[in-house]
Amino acid sequence: MNRRRMMVSITAVALLFSMIVLAGMAREKEAKPNAAPVEPSALLIRNATILTVTHGTLERGDILIKDGKIAAVGSALKAPADVQVVDASGQFVMPGIIDCHSHIAIDGDVNEGSVAVSSMVNIADVLNPDDPAIYRDLAGGVTAANVLHGSANPIGGQTIVIKLRWGQPASKLPFEGALPGIKFALGENPKHSNFRGLGLPERYPATRMGVEETIRGAFTEARDYKKNWDDYNKRLAAGEKNLIPPRRDLKLDPLVEVLEGKRYVHAHCYREDEILMLLRVAKEFGFRVQTLQHVLEGYKVADEIAAAGTGASTFSDWWAYKVEAYDAIPYNAALMTRRGVVVSVNSDDAAEATHLNQEAAKSMRYGGLTHDEALKMVTINPAIQLGIEKRVGSIEVGKDADLVIYNHDPMSAYAVVQKTLIDGRVYFDREKDLAGRAALEQERKDLLEKAKKNAEKKAEEKKAEEKKSGEKKPEEKKPEEKAKPPQGQVVLGGAR
Amino acid sequence: MNRRHETMCAYLLLAGCLLAVGTAFGQTAPATDTAITHAKIFTLAGLPIEDGTVVIHDGRIAAVGANVSIPAGAKVIDAKGLQVYPGLFDPITQMGLREIGAVIATVDTTETGTFNPDLVAATAILPSSAHIPVTRAAGITEVLAVPSSGGMDTSLGANIIGGQASAIHLAGWTATEMLIRKNAAMVVDWPAIETQSFDFATFSRKEKPFTDAKKEYDKAVDQLANYIEESRHYAQVAETKGAVYDRDVKLEAMIPVVRGELPVLIFADKARDIRNAVEFCEKQKLKMILAGGGEAWKVKDLLRSKNVPVILRPTLDYPLEEDDAYDRLMTQPAELLAAGVKIAFGSFDNSSARRLGQQAANAVSHGLAYDDGLKAVTLYPAQILGLDGELGTVETGKTANLIVTNGDPLELTTEVRYLFIKGQLTSTDNKHKDLYEKYLNRPPVAK
Repeated sequence: MNRRRMMVSITAVALLFSMIVLAGMAREKEAKPNAAPVEPSALLIRNATILTVTHGTLERGDILIKDGKIAAVGSALKAPADVQVVDASGQFVMPGIIDCHSHIAIDGDVNEGSVAVSSMVNIADVLNPDDPAIYRDLAGGVTAANVLHGSANPIGGQTIVIKLRWGQPASKLPFEGALPGIKFALGENPKHSNFRGLGLPERYPATRMGVEETIRGAFTEARDYKKNWDDYNKRLAAGEKNLIPPRRDLKLDPLVEVLEGKRYVHAHCYREDEILMLLRVAKEFGFRVQTLQHVLEGYKVADEIAAAGTGASTFSDWWAYKVEAYDAIPYNAALMTRRGVVVSVNSDDAAEATHLNQEAAKSMRYGGLTHDEALKMVTINPAIQLGIEKRVGSIEVGKDADLVIYNHDPMSAYAVVQKTLIDGRVYFDREKDLAGRAALEQERKDLLEKAKKNAEKKAEEKKAEEKKSGEKKPEEKKPEEKAKPPQGQVVLGGAR
Repeated sequence: MNRRHETMCAYLLLAGCLLAVGTAFGQTAPATDTAITHAKIFTLAGLPIEDGTVVIHDGRIAAVGANVSIPAGAKVIDAKGLQVYPGLFDPITQMGLREIGAVIATVDTTETGTFNPDLVAATAILPSSAHIPVTRAAGITEVLAVPSSGGMDTSLGANIIGGQASAIHLAGWTATEMLIRKNAAMVVDWPAIETQSFDFATFSRKEKPFTDAKKEYDKAVDQLANYIEESRHYAQVAETKGAVYDRDVKLEAMIPVVRGELPVLIFADKARDIRNAVEFCEKQKLKMILAGGGEAWKVKDLLRSKNVPVILRPTLDYPLEEDDAYDRLMTQPAELLAAGVKIAFGSFDNSSARRLGQQAANAVSHGLAYDDGLKAVTLYPAQILGLDGELGTVETGKTANLIVTNGDPLELTTEVRYLFIKGQLTSTDNKHKDLYEKYLNRPPVAK
């Protein structure tokens, strides 16, 4: 993210005036929430080129959706009574895009950066269903996202997989049944390499050695803690009385879940050495790293990653923004794929997420992946990495009807999303979006007008009051509007 | 050798290694004329030519057409099934000025101080930067290297006048060899009203009352106005025969600006800032080019009427405001062009330069005519910078900066098969390809 963009997003909420408007809109939202689409009993997508991902491409195919699930895929399917039909002639349907590294729908900052191990905090506690990025990423075909804590700590906060159910309350965002995760981070970010001298308080670790030691230390503690609990539970089960349970430790609980395979580790990393370091530590403590995130030098140690059964979730072509990204190459995804690693292409950035299909397509040029291999990197592969591949990631009977309809082949830069469905409901519809713009613009104007009038009225009242009291009061301090966080990452944020 | 020396040497060695990887420069000597034959030629100066020939002589395009004779002894490149385009032109980069964003030692984009008009990008361009061949491989043959134009390099403070941008070819053993135009534009970072900042000490955002931020903004604009006035007076004195005055290198650099000869490249995104900048330039009689233009669509009529061209920020960015349409930056290129505003696309970041075609394609999918999409990364940036006499189309007499591709250069999967800069066949090998080939051949690790 460049400086200008950062400044732009910071100044986006600059005008006091626009703040009033925003506040007004927030109130409006409470009264009239974004209506989530209702679930049709049955929906039939007709005559599309269907990119199933796991079973090839079906020309002029139909998809029947019932109760939010894919009920049938084939040619000239029989339409049940009362079915809602979507004519997709000349269009392409693919599974909804799964973004394996996202920071959208988070209320406030993504980093609890004050401690080196922040496993006690949980992104699930701060989901924000009103983040416009949800809608914008839906418009880019994303239906599910791995919402991660930032990369400020070797062991960061707990993470959650969501579906982008725009208009639903926070409680409806989590992907049901998806295993929760925890963010790890290696390299320059957790050791604060690029943030020294900016007033950030000094914090251990400051080296890659310290990063390793922090992780090792935390898991050593977690192992002992687990043993204490196991012993306690065993004695309890054996019927011992008057036992005192071990003291609860919210920091260690999620690490025990990692040791028990109940929580996935998603590890931000760049350099080959630190990748191998983490794989060694994980092996030593008997857990598996579920995904390596960014993993820009993964291509150098792809065999080792594959052997560990670890997935890799990377960027398409970002590079050179820091030293550990200087050997980043756009061939990374293809090279790792060729060595047997399950690879996904992620965004780490709300705007980048709107064109992940295009980012995946780049591996066809850089490294010669096939059309289907490229497509997998934003569908079934991230689904596998998040353990949700039985539910989503391909177009198969019985799977969730999370689908995207494009006007062209989604592996082209010219493809535009027409509709995005989650659980068989149309959460994004380009036609409707276009048709609704005039009304939105009017609403915006009305709100501005209203805010202006209110401001004028207040000013007049104040004047009148001043006149009344006869003496000029010291200027009242305006209550500070709570600023909305700038869109996208600010600094560090999900810092790449 | 003492320890310090050893460390120093190690660093130098390391730096040498880092740079050496990216030095695959590989222009072959232009021994003879070159003819590209049997290609579909998108001249961008008329309809495409099927089965056409381009003849290159002495670095320039000597002939283009369907019935062109090939000079005796010319090196012939059979481009059957391939397509010829003018090389792409990225008008906002930090090429050669920024190697690794986070490493200040490799960043030479932003000087201290508020007014630095006498600084010129070409002075500090590193010809062996790894970014140059990487960018070239994406079909980009020339760029504008723009000081004070992006990245996180704000630690040195905010510039208002950041220096002069230089237009360069993406090939040459020295910066001088690379030069197209050393003094191409004066870079102005239009002051912004900033009510928020990020405080690293507390890791939180800090608020500033709008009135205070506005005061600071007004002060900065006043400062700029005063500087222009001062420059104008200086120019007048300098023009006066026999006038005795103290020379000032900074003000001297401003003379072509106040004369309206050197355009000012003004970075601004918000409609309010753009409007203010346009009015400012009109009042001060400056020739303005807008860079960024996130909300240019809101002031399109003003831009048209004042004849201000826009180098647009990446179409794939998020729109500026939360309530903007989600595709606002993708639809505005078509909207601006329809309103009569001249546009070009820029990457704004050399790490992302290879996304230039993709940026254009995403505007084409949102209403921009394909022909305009192509021109907005070739001819239009050349026109905006006054370089279209030399670059931007495949026409006789122009500098032979050409690409030969296997398809649409805006599409993600298209490959550049041949690339010519100043008529010389230039390698598209680069650091990324080298690393790819190296690790492609890593022996399998025994399981």
